[in-house]
Amino acid sequence: MSDSQEILAPFPGIFYRRTDPGSDPLVELGQEIAVGDVIALVEVMKMFHEVQSTIAGTVLEFCVEDGDAIAMGQALAKIATKL
Amino acid sequence: MITVVQPGLYTTVQDRGRFGFYGVGFPPSGSMDQYSSAVANILVGNNPDAAVLETTFLGPTLEFEQDANVALTGASVDITLDGISIPLWTSVSVKKGQVLAFGGAIAGVRNYLAITGGINVKPMMGSRSTYVASHLGGYEGRVLKPGDRLEILQDSEPKEVRVGCEIPEDLRVTPRAHQEIRIVSGLCHYLLDPQSQELLISKPFTISTEANRTGYRLKGDQLSFVERRQPFGAGSDPSNVVNLGYPVGSLQAPSGLELICLMRDAVTGGGYATLATVISVDLDILSQMKFPETVSFESVSLETALQLRSERAQRLRNIAELVNSIA
Repeated sequence: MSDSQEILAPFPGIFYRRTDPGSDPLVELGQEIAVGDVIALVEVMKMFHEVQSTIAGTVLEFCVEDGDAIAMGQALAKIATKL
Repeated sequence: MITVVQPGLYTTVQDRGRFGFYGVGFPPSGSMDQYSSAVANILVGNNPDAAVLETTFLGPTLEFEQDANVALTGASVDITLDGISIPLWTSVSVKKGQVLAFGGAIAGVRNYLAITGGINVKPMMGSRSTYVASHLGGYEGRVLKPGDRLEILQDSEPKEVRVGCEIPEDLRVTPRAHQEIRIVSGLCHYLLDPQSQELLISKPFTISTEANRTGYRLKGDQLSFVERRQPFGAGSDPSNVVNLGYPVGSLQAPSGLELICLMRDAVTGGGYATLATVISVDLDILSQMKFPETVSFESVSLETALQLRSERAQRLRNIAELVNSIA
């Protein structure tokens, strides 16, 4: 039995799944993550900020594309949580 | 002393600003939302020049090593004291050892934290404001970091303000997703073609993700400039002019592609046509806006802009009277 929860954007900016264009995504679909794991970067005010997961579980999907502009509070990823 | 446990996203020490050095390239800096900042100072009995903390999207977690009265204004946000929510726009008593923690802004962008006495950093060129680009003023000329320790000024004589003193709803800032922003005509407004002059005040513009204390980029329809032979000394793009001074609030449109509004850490001069200037009271409003919120520009006269500025000053005097009367 599992449920899904969303990780929300803590501030507006540009969403990146990689620390630099050539590297692998910080987390992959299906990957198990813990609270505090860095799942993405958001570029805001010419600085990059880590988005840490607020949820423990399995990455079900990313709701935005790499490089998309995101609004504050927008869903970034769906995480399957074990009940 | 106050210890910075977590600094938040972009937290700086600011006051009203650093004036008199614009001509040599130093913008005023100071609180982006001057009104909210001033109200926070009033609520703790500070003089209007006292330094406050300005937060951006996500504020800090602070541990107080002394008793203090504080007030928080600006963006809508959940703020807790030892885990219990405290009201904004209200004077609050903090005891030694308590921890003040900001959540993320819910509406708006910036919060102002005033502490009785004001934050004591060394004034630089007459101001405690941080100008990060030049590593000047504030706390070591930079944004706060974990472990920083903020000193509270003790030698000033703050007015007594009753704890729990609350600013009425209609005198608070209400962030909205769309705002009318008033502008006065710029020195180079005539370089926009007539259609673009009309477009500037009729079509909405969207705040982009590139928006900070130096400038806000806004996206909207393409603006075009009158055809002319570029004068000697001007760049080749139609949006270029011979270098001139940029007022704070100046709107420019490099190549007509997007608007840049200069904010309180403005670039003080350059070679883009200055199309219009956002009036000072509406820079407060713009400072609380973020991607993907929208603005419409409304053209007003300089007299109206100055009138609105003096009305803001009067509103602050009324608030000070109100707060003092219930002390």
